[in-house]
Amino acid sequence: MTALLYRDLMLALRAGGGFGLGLAFFLIVTVLVPFGVGPQSELLARIAPGILWLGALLACLLSLDRLLALDWEDGTLDLLATSPLPLEAALSIKALAHWITTGLPLVVAAPLFGVLLNLPGPGYLWLVVSLALGTPALSVIGTFGAALTVGIKRGGLLMSLLVLPLYVPTLIFGAEVARRGAAGLETTTPLLMLAGITAGVIAVMPFASAAALRINLR
Amino acid sequence: MSVTDDKPAIKRPSGFWSYANPVKFLGFSERILPALWVLSAACLALGLVWGFFFTPDDFRQGSTVKIIYLHVPSALMAINAWFMMLVASLIWIVRRHHVSALAARAAAPVGVVMTLIALVTGAIWGQPMWGTWWAWDPRLTSFLILFLFYLGYIALWEAIEDPDTAADLTAVLCLVGTVFAVLSRYAVNFWNQGLHQGASLSLDKEENVADVFYFPLLVCIAGFVLLFFALVLYRTGTEIRLRRTRALLARQGRQ
Amino acid sequence: MTLVIRDLCVARGGLPVLMGLNFQVAPGRALVLRGPNGSGKTTLLRTLAGLQPPLSGEIGGAEDRIAYAAHSDGLKAMLSVAENLRFWASVFGQRDIGPALRSYALEDLHDRLAGTLSAGQKRRLGLARMLVTARPVWVLDEPTVSLDADAVLLFARAVRTHLEAGGSAIIATHIDLGLEAEVLDVTPFRATAETRAGASDEAFL
Repeated sequence: MTALLYRDLMLALRAGGGFGLGLAFFLIVTVLVPFGVGPQSELLARIAPGILWLGALLACLLSLDRLLALDWEDGTLDLLATSPLPLEAALSIKALAHWITTGLPLVVAAPLFGVLLNLPGPGYLWLVVSLALGTPALSVIGTFGAALTVGIKRGGLLMSLLVLPLYVPTLIFGAEVARRGAAGLETTTPLLMLAGITAGVIAVMPFASAAALRINLR
Repeated sequence: MSVTDDKPAIKRPSGFWSYANPVKFLGFSERILPALWVLSAACLALGLVWGFFFTPDDFRQGSTVKIIYLHVPSALMAINAWFMMLVASLIWIVRRHHVSALAARAAAPVGVVMTLIALVTGAIWGQPMWGTWWAWDPRLTSFLILFLFYLGYIALWEAIEDPDTAADLTAVLCLVGTVFAVLSRYAVNFWNQGLHQGASLSLDKEENVADVFYFPLLVCIAGFVLLFFALVLYRTGTEIRLRRTRALLARQGRQ
Repeated sequence: MTLVIRDLCVARGGLPVLMGLNFQVAPGRALVLRGPNGSGKTTLLRTLAGLQPPLSGEIGGAEDRIAYAAHSDGLKAMLSVAENLRFWASVFGQRDIGPALRSYALEDLHDRLAGTLSAGQKRRLGLARMLVTARPVWVLDEPTVSLDADAVLLFARAVRTHLEAGGSAIIATHIDLGLEAEVLDVTPFRATAETRAGASDEAFL
């Protein structure tokens, strides 16, 4: 199992675009928002948590179609399906690799981008906490979307259509934590909900993803 | 070489599951469809005419209240159509009856239209009541999300060529989507109350309306339910015939 | 353990392609599949490998014992030859990739990125993968595509070594590998248009 994780990380590192691309996209979204809504710092400060969450979500989405498509094209998925590694485990590992290459850099970089959007002082901690808790769910749910659409040529757009509605609960609770944190309010309830969703999704979604992938491999 | 009329004498299931046989299902739906069309048209005509012209105006809302006769039944069917798809998908996964998968496929466009009607009538109703076409009221938002789920489901059916693969994948999506739709419903409730008072926007209609509005509403709901069944049966028949054509063509190509 | 196939019917896209297949592959034996393009060899091999369910019939002795290689080798262009092999070795719980490299003469290419290999070299690497799986039954779909004469000899020798060690192999190929193998021509087993056998569209006919 560690071999698969190691290989995926190595590929992301060598092929480029793994670590950097999502982050660059995140930065561009953050930079474009003030152009869209105007430079007033109070307004930016108010919408900063939501924008940062949305940016992170889109950056995650952007890299999803590479998650399984490359392994599908070169036959790796066929071979993995005939290997001793259960497909559920393989997909969990791939989701983890996806999180390390896109989610984790976003979590680390988010405070920097928060500065660009005048995020209020107490918001930084909660932004990082909510992203750290929420982005794993985004990767795992995204893996499900990728497994559903892996057999479809040019399935990227369709995958966005399928995955984005599934992101709604995570986005709502994640952004709520960041927003309440920035406003200096109590964050416990949405934080617990977010953690619950992430835990539940990590536990259950790999089975749905593996089922979808098996159907596609037939 | 005939591939149609030499049905082998295998043991067929009896009772409810015998309708899982496409041919038997087609016969059944053709027999009851005319009655369903007539009944649903009668109920709708009765309910809408009664509701629109023979009920008093609400003392607060005036005549706008009468959009309830479209709004509530369509909203009800929007949710029930998804529920029906969920049950049909489960039957497909467990028992592998093609009719079930095709019924789920047939129900989706009906459900999406119901959702759209509920959203549009909601907006038209909301404009004079709330002074805005759209408010991020938890109920409206949930329906918008449901609408997105319908779109994704239909798009996935359309995108996959092999019909069995499509049936399997959409069934998985329907199960997962149901869980996330329910989650979203609660998340949205939480989200809006977290920001606003919120509750003033959505009075619970069924409990608040007086009997004089209530009975025509019941007739309308019955009309919508019947219409839904008629449409789904009709569309399932179309899907079955399409699959049959495909199956025959595929075999013919191999001779 | 002998691989036993009984009354197997396999399907592609919901249509039966081969039916009534009965054969056995004992340890130390190889079976060569022949038949024209589109006759269902690949479908049969994928079914044996467990990638798709059979329409009917039984496959005995295949569970967790099959190593499968098809047209695409699952190689990553940005990983070196050794890294590619080491990855598959550890997926199958093995460590030593030396014998695999040696038997396909890949030692000199050890550190080359797989993306820079020629088609034949890639194929050799894909076949070397079978040696790091430590699985007794090899299921090979057109293994000799893009191999030159020398490489075909390497491959035949690897199969022979595998058989001598008590393994078995099912190979779909058109060239003579010089192996002592039974030959199964799948042509007589092709399903006709009337075949139903529980095909997915059967209910609609």
